[in-house]
Amino acid sequence: MAQVHLRDVVKKYGVLEVVHSINLDIADGEFVVLVGPSGCGKSTTLRMIAGLEAISGGDVRIGDTVVNDLPPRERNISMVFQNYALYPHMSVRENLGFSLKISKRPQEEIDKAVDEAAEILSLTPLLDRKPGALSGGQRQRVAMGRAIVRHPEVFLFDEPLSNLDAKLRTQMRVEIKKLHQKLKSTIVYVTHDQVEAMTLADRIVIMRDGHIEQVGTPLDVFENPVNTFVGTFIGSPPMNLLDGTVKNGNIQFADGSTITAPPGYDLSDGQAVTFGVRADNIMPVGHALPRGEHIAEVELEVNLTEPLGTETLLFATLAGAEVQAKMLNPRPVQAGERLTFQVMLDRCHLFDAETGVALKV
Amino acid sequence: MKRLKLPQWLVLLMPAIIILSAVVLIPLLLSLYSSFTSYRLTRPDSLFNWVGLFNYEKAVTDVKFWAAFGRTVLLLAVALNLEMLFGLGLALMISKVTRGQRALRTMMMFPMMFSPILVGFQFKFIFNDNVGLVNNALQSLGITDTAIPWLVDGNLAMFSIIFAEVWTSTSVFGILILAGLYAIPRDPLEAAKVDGCTPFQSFRFVTLPFLMPFIYIAMAIRSLDVARAYDIVQIMTNGGPARRTELLWTLIGRTGYVDARMGYANAMGYVSIFLAIFFTIYFFKKLTAARKELGMGV
Ligand SMILES: Nc1ncnc2c1ncn2[C@@H]1O[C@H](COP(=O)(O)OP(=O)(O)OP(=O)(O)O)[C@@H](O)[C@H]1O
Ligand SMILES: [Mg+2]
Repeated sequence: MAQVHLRDVVKKYGVLEVVHSINLDIADGEFVVLVGPSGCGKSTTLRMIAGLEAISGGDVRIGDTVVNDLPPRERNISMVFQNYALYPHMSVRENLGFSLKISKRPQEEIDKAVDEAAEILSLTPLLDRKPGALSGGQRQRVAMGRAIVRHPEVFLFDEPLSNLDAKLRTQMRVEIKKLHQKLKSTIVYVTHDQVEAMTLADRIVIMRDGHIEQVGTPLDVFENPVNTFVGTFIGSPPMNLLDGTVKNGNIQFADGSTITAPPGYDLSDGQAVTFGVRADNIMPVGHALPRGEHIAEVELEVNLTEPLGTETLLFATLAGAEVQAKMLNPRPVQAGERLTFQVMLDRCHLFDAETGVALKV
Repeated sequence: MKRLKLPQWLVLLMPAIIILSAVVLIPLLLSLYSSFTSYRLTRPDSLFNWVGLFNYEKAVTDVKFWAAFGRTVLLLAVALNLEMLFGLGLALMISKVTRGQRALRTMMMFPMMFSPILVGFQFKFIFNDNVGLVNNALQSLGITDTAIPWLVDGNLAMFSIIFAEVWTSTSVFGILILAGLYAIPRDPLEAAKVDGCTPFQSFRFVTLPFLMPFIYIAMAIRSLDVARAYDIVQIMTNGGPARRTELLWTLIGRTGYVDARMGYANAMGYVSIFLAIFFTIYFFKKLTAARKELGMGV
């Protein structure tokens, strides 16, 4: 069994605290993705689980053991590093088999495990090359192979795809997901790419400045962000945010225009709120996919378009601020054209204007 | 008027060519030529007495020459290996120190800052059988009550010389290996930790392969150094007792300047140079192989 539990875990570099008392429970076999902007402490957290970074406070448990003071080799984990960290002086075969050789397994067993891993990752033709003679994607697969030959209880991935080109990244993403379905081991995966997070995770952990902001399934964090940070961080394009005040069941924006308040909120007149709407929920009439019963219509001027093929992103001005909207079954739109947009109010969010925290339904 | 027109590149290279010929090429050719003559410093006209390969034949059949040759190889093998081990140990320890690392690094270099002649005198004093530091210490501690003839007994004298040589030059290995340690990427070491390596295994399988090129560079430098070892030995034992610490260049020096047989000395010199060339090529081959192993070019 390999659950991972973080209990009030703190990391300090001298007096500088970079991870602030985080708590996280990861179930056996779960694929958890840590995501957040650069410098938020994702790698640090992962490295504390791995044992590469000392824990300044709290407990890390793997299975039933508190591992705070165990060296990495006693934690039964394996890790894929951002820049692969292959051993340059060993062939691919030796790289893959190194951990088994170190633990003094018999040679036949090592050969078998290496061949198996090479098979899974299509590395068989490359087994006798040195890492220097491999492409980035191939190195990445070797790094992954090195992690899987040991059948560890927990896999740790630190931005393993960030050095690959977009196409390869998509491909490897699928491979990793398949691998997880096959091996069924616990995975903690760090990325700052929210698409990677959404597509891979059973649960997403969103971090900011050394704090965990929200933990939930991809859909959950997408649809119910706990604050404006999560709302803008998860989902592409980011959620549109507009500041306004509540007035007679409407939201009044700075320029005086109003929109009906989303249903289900307990609001009082004069309350300062931030209105959040994703591009998917603001679409031109006739090119929309109406969702929910409460729909408001607004007429907006389009400033810029980004055709993406199946849909077009429209940049328009709403209440003095630029918002992004989507157009399904797109037709060519000229800059400056005025269109009537439908806003799916059931899918809009209200946050406290001051703290950014979601006003709960 | 028609002047001789030299190509421009030749004109530009002329100063370098002239200086190099004056200080390197001509002496070199002269010494090579003299090794085929019976040239004696005391009889300048003997420079023109051509004897063909006589000096070379004499050298390669001379037992004293081969004894000195063997001793030089022995010194080289023992001193280099000891220096490598000590240098590695020093470098590893210094790289682990978190405070005062700079000061330690500088201190490690101290022995290199002394002239080998002074080091020779110093160790001649330290190992002196009557007034020397070592014997005094041993006697005061009651470990021995006789004076140990450090520089007089043949084997002990060789040991003392090796000791002095290692003392002065361990820091060459130390500093180069330390540079190697600083250059090792952190990632493979962390990967090794996660892969289950104990600290010793990380060292054996990851750190050491990364250090090998640095070790071979140090070996190449030091093998040239030791192959021409002269000053320390000359001061400490003067090749004695009874030529028991005679090295190639003390022998050559003695033959050329004391016995004044310059032609013969030059012939021995040319034979000895092969030793240096051999070791240089050997260690550079090793270096290239070690770099290739790490995927660092060819
Ligand atoms: N050795 C160190 N000393 C001091 N501060 C450090 C040290 N290592 C990391 N930090 C700080 O800790 C914070 C978290 O770093 P971490 O590497 O975990 O970020 P990250 O979330 O992985 O970012 P990225 O996406 O850029 O990799 C950063 O602000 C960083 O500056
Ligand atoms: Mg990171």
